[in-house]
Amino acid sequence: MNFILGILFSIVMVSILALIPWVGVWIFDLRYFFGIIIPYTALVVFIIGITYRIIKWACSPNPFRIPTTAGQQKSLHWIKQSKFDNPSTTLGVIGRMLFEILLFRSLFRNTSLEFRQGPKITYEWEKWLWIAALAFHYSFLVVLLRHLRFFMEPIPGFVLLIESLDSFLEAGIAPFSGFGVPEILISGFVLLAALAYLFLRRLYISQVRYVSLPADYFPLFRIIGIAGTGILMRYMGVFMQFLFKVDWFTVQVVQVKELAMGLVTFNPTIPEGIGTLFFIHLFLVCVLIVYFPFSKLMHMGGVFLSPTRVLANNNRMVRHINPWDYPVKTHTYEEYEEEFREKMIEAGLPVEKMPASQAEKETSSQEEAEKE
Amino acid sequence: MSDVPEAEELVKIDHRPPVFKGWMDTPIEIRQGIACYAGKPKNLEYLGLPNPREWSPMDEDWKLPENWKEIILDGLRDRLERFRSLKIFMDVCVRCGACADKCHFFIGGADPRNMPVLRAELLRSIYRKEYTMVGKIMGKFAGARDLTIDVLKEWWYYFFQCTECRRCSLFCPYGIDTAEITIIGRELLNLLGLNTDWISAPVANCYRTGNHLGIQPHAYKDMIDFFVDDIEDITGVRMEPSFNRKGAEILFITPSGDVFADPGTYTCMGYLILFHYLQSLGLDITWSTYASEGGNFGYFTSHEMAKRLNAKMYAEAKRLGAKWILGGECGHMWRVINQYMDTFNGPADFLEEPVSPITGTKFENAKSTKMVHIVEFTADLIRNNKLNLDPSRNDNLIVTYHDSCNPARGMGILEEPRYVIKNVCNNFFEMPENTIREQTFCCGGGAGLNAGEDMELRMRGGLPRANAVRYVHEKYGVNMLSCICAIDRAVFPDLMEYWIPEVDVTGVHEMVGNALILEGEKKRTMDLRSQPLPGMEVMDEDDEAGEGNGDAE
Repeated sequence: MNFILGILFSIVMVSILALIPWVGVWIFDLRYFFGIIIPYTALVVFIIGITYRIIKWACSPNPFRIPTTAGQQKSLHWIKQSKFDNPSTTLGVIGRMLFEILLFRSLFRNTSLEFRQGPKITYEWEKWLWIAALAFHYSFLVVLLRHLRFFMEPIPGFVLLIESLDSFLEAGIAPFSGFGVPEILISGFVLLAALAYLFLRRLYISQVRYVSLPADYFPLFRIIGIAGTGILMRYMGVFMQFLFKVDWFTVQVVQVKELAMGLVTFNPTIPEGIGTLFFIHLFLVCVLIVYFPFSKLMHMGGVFLSPTRVLANNNRMVRHINPWDYPVKTHTYEEYEEEFREKMIEAGLPVEKMPASQAEKETSSQEEAEKE
Repeated sequence: MSDVPEAEELVKIDHRPPVFKGWMDTPIEIRQGIACYAGKPKNLEYLGLPNPREWSPMDEDWKLPENWKEIILDGLRDRLERFRSLKIFMDVCVRCGACADKCHFFIGGADPRNMPVLRAELLRSIYRKEYTMVGKIMGKFAGARDLTIDVLKEWWYYFFQCTECRRCSLFCPYGIDTAEITIIGRELLNLLGLNTDWISAPVANCYRTGNHLGIQPHAYKDMIDFFVDDIEDITGVRMEPSFNRKGAEILFITPSGDVFADPGTYTCMGYLILFHYLQSLGLDITWSTYASEGGNFGYFTSHEMAKRLNAKMYAEAKRLGAKWILGGECGHMWRVINQYMDTFNGPADFLEEPVSPITGTKFENAKSTKMVHIVEFTADLIRNNKLNLDPSRNDNLIVTYHDSCNPARGMGILEEPRYVIKNVCNNFFEMPENTIREQTFCCGGGAGLNAGEDMELRMRGGLPRANAVRYVHEKYGVNMLSCICAIDRAVFPDLMEYWIPEVDVTGVHEMVGNALILEGEKKRTMDLRSQPLPGMEVMDEDDEAGEGNGDAE
């Protein structure tokens, strides 16, 4: 399958997914279904799915301790060990994992091959993937945390803090603030920009394009859809109403919060006046979390369990047990000596078992020598 | 080497894969010069491995058992249950492509299936189809495909184009280790008797004679005796190594390549000289003809075979009543020792925690396996001023150091060899930083690919390393590539001859042997290769005779 087909497939899929709630809510008015049943179902699938996957992974043991060592081992006391890149203790492993999970340490190492004729081969500075990955994941996290304001009353302090940090660009947008446009939260735009970069590099870098599957484009487009509808709701509704007096994009925040609070308190209601756009947004989120446990998005869980990163390089110090270890057939020294005993004796190598009639053997070997 | 294209031809490669045709729709072509020969039935029979038969990868019919599909799928299911690594590596890849241009085979050959991500996808695509719901429903759109004979051939071709060097796993944000995938892929293939001759023959030899070349005990001793003669010619001192000696404090195990193939043999002479030097300081060490191979070709076949071959190390130490084991310079031998041996064949509770008899240093990092790397051992000796060294005897060498991939990324022995090298020679230069230490490039012939028939593959895979050597050769005049791996020492001479013939190959302990001043030795005029040492022949007392000889030349 080529990349065009993969991309088209993903776009069509995401469009269909966006159309479903549009048709369902706008035409058939299935608000209860899309506002309550789908989110609850999605959440249940998500929780069960994730649990199932993690347990399934955990059911398989680590028979061997096979860390990728990315620095100096612990050896003689005067040689400085790389405590995090080649950890020999649990503390070191925790450090390594913090670097890995919070800062994407391994990705930070990335280089880019430059192959010129001659040949002249170099490995160039390449941090864009690392930067984009950090930008994507952290802005996603901030957006996620900001959404807690819909689910909690009163809104916790840290959510407000994140919001105020997130809107630090406000000063620059000041001329608009009087016109009804809400404060600009930077994370949503960073998220979109990072997604755009991650998509474009999939297209632009020929090797990545070659290995990309629809399963790689699909989540990208879906998250773009989620972020896009989110941004439209937040900014366009007010903007359009202010400029053109139309309410196509209008979403009533107060009612959305009422719906969200109903969901988390298991007392679901569908307030009047929530725009269709919100249901598209919500539906895409639901699809994402349903899809999550059954896809590559599980890398979020996998990174915590990856045997080359979470195990200490202390094999020579502490014995690791393989739970399914079984005895194997080996070639014992006795079998070895049995086969080569005469030759060993002749060569003056010590043997365990001297033949009964050593002298006889010697005569026979002399005879053999004479024959030759 | 005659079949290998000229270097100028070989590098005319394009790293951009086809634009419009996906890899699943592109059939593979098994090429001479890339593929290894098939394993011979007698070796498989000797080991009791499945499906021994005459076959060739170039044939249409690979003579598989009728239920081959069942065997593979059962085998895969089994391994998914046994290895968390496999399960996670099958599930979490996001195809970010960070690994794509990190593989030496991809850099030197540009075959897109040699991108680590795609090598793994070869197996992953089957995993998805058989064991995931999304793969079953969505098929190709989810990156899933059916297991066919062609897929099997593709596996064989590409799992024997991976040297399990783990460079890609260093860059992977989730630590996906292609080596693990290759190891398990090969394990599955071996269930059907799909292997290569250059792995199964050494495995059978190791099993029978203790070493991969099939050298029998008397011949092993003969070779060492031969080195003893050579060393006497060079130094005037006669070494007295012992074999299979009960009651020795330390058992020494090294790859048999050091005993039988240049330039490893000179490294072996270095060991002999070091042990002789230390004898008067209290070293009590023995060689073994039974445990006469540290290298573990079983590791390139299956975990089980690795365990079967590795067992002899502890068994021999136990039989001889040794206190601990010293291991020679070897790559995958040390990966197996560091990451598998204690689990495979331990606990080694009949041995003692290793202590250097000369310095009293406790090797605490080896307190459970009871096996010490000779470079750790020597570094400790030098640090404690126990060695009388004359590094100027290596002044004819301008040295760089290749971190052998297994000790670097499967162990982390990076500083010890550098410390030793800097103490035994005066001219040492590092290769560029993206090509050494944990980022080191493979020699191109590891994991059983060091055959003759896949020379083109080896020259391609070794290109990144050779390119870095060329850089330091041109910049600093480097003429000697040192390493601590027997496969390196077997692979690099061909590689250097092809890419950069001015550079020779050595083990670290060859240079130690050159620099070490023995008690009662004669003036060294030759190095361990019996090559005249420039400048050494005209010094000191025999000035006239020396100059006379020089003039005559």
